[in-house]
Amino acid sequence: MAIKVHGSLFSTATMRVLACLNEKGLDYEFVPIDMKAGEHKKEPFISLNPFGQVPGFEDGDLKLFESRAINQYITSTYTDKGTPLVFHDPKEMAVLFVGMQVESLQYNPPAGKLTLELTIKPMLGMATDEAVVEEKEAELAKVLDVYESRLGQSKYVSGDSFTLADLHHLPTLSYLMGTRVKSVFDSRPHVRAWCANILARPAWQKVIAMQHN
Amino acid sequence: MAIKVHGSFFSPATMRVLACLHEKGLDYEFVPINMGTGEHKKEPFILLNPFGQLPGFEDGDVKIFESRAITQYITYTYTDKGTPLVYHDPKEMAVLFVGMQVESQHYDPPAGKLAWELAIKPFLGMTTDEAVVEEQEVQLAKVLDVYEYRLAQSKYVSGDSFTLADLHHLPTFHYLMGTRAKAVIDARPHVRAWCADILARPAWQKVIAMQHS
Repeated sequence: MAIKVHGSLFSTATMRVLACLNEKGLDYEFVPIDMKAGEHKKEPFISLNPFGQVPGFEDGDLKLFESRAINQYITSTYTDKGTPLVFHDPKEMAVLFVGMQVESLQYNPPAGKLTLELTIKPMLGMATDEAVVEEKEAELAKVLDVYESRLGQSKYVSGDSFTLADLHHLPTLSYLMGTRVKSVFDSRPHVRAWCANILARPAWQKVIAMQHN
Repeated sequence: MAIKVHGSFFSPATMRVLACLHEKGLDYEFVPINMGTGEHKKEPFILLNPFGQLPGFEDGDVKIFESRAITQYITYTYTDKGTPLVYHDPKEMAVLFVGMQVESQHYDPPAGKLAWELAIKPFLGMTTDEAVVEEQEVQLAKVLDVYEYRLAQSKYVSGDSFTLADLHHLPTFHYLMGTRAKAVIDARPHVRAWCADILARPAWQKVIAMQHS
């Protein structure tokens, strides 16, 4: 099969790519990487991602890494398949570019650290650092105040269509909804509604289902 | 004038946008924002960027923020002006998407922190945190090891043309080259040569000249 995703079904970055492939209705082969055995830090995986992080991605002879780059490649290449996930008009694309940066540089830093402390560490039998949780919850709250205002003006973060800018939040959002940090999202009505809407998407539900198999 | 940049000549993110506008040969109006008086945290600036960070950007009725979103909007819209800075072939664009993520997710965290500690804090009369410098220099060294390997295979980070993926590094490199962190760059011959090449570009020199005016 031309498209291959090398990663872990529990890795947020891997899930980010799978969500995109599912939205586009594309076939792919999933190649599990054993992170416990450090497979991601050795050959052959490290030839796919020199930073030793999952996922790695192949489409024929094209080899890529960084989940958000992979998704931008997928959506700019398979334009006629499944959900568009991007716009074509430059003014609409401008707002999408902003939404993608905000997810990655404003939302993901606190959300990613909270996911690590409250979900991944317990999964691996490690102790949660409460000081980090307190600090990052406060940071997340400030970011979500901006989202609350934004989502009072449009249905999705970058306009009235579901795009990559929304999709990129799904993995951390999904994990955090199973933790005490759920309240930070639920206390903001527009954010709460948006979360519920995007988490319910069938393409995302398929990614979650893979974890349970 | 249709294009306006609201920011500071010394802010790396503002400089990133100015570099892009100069590469494209586009006219713009520069609107200085006084960070000393907290102008970036109040109206009207905060209406342009709800996160209260520089720069803000206008192009007619397009109003956006996040420097890497702004540069992507500029290159996506003004395709026939100046240096292309992006590719059109999906496979070449894929490598560019990766390069842009690597700059923002791997390079910028240590580089940005080092620029802050070693160049900007002293400028503002603040004390450098040596522990942070030591830690971030180690981080930067690991990242630049990957760059060293990559730049042995192609002239620029995402192929044989200068693109946004290279340009996004310019402001932090500019600051780091004036500090002891220069040694981390100079110890890696391909990285050193690439840095010298991109810092010498006329469009970048114009941005530096604005600081001295």
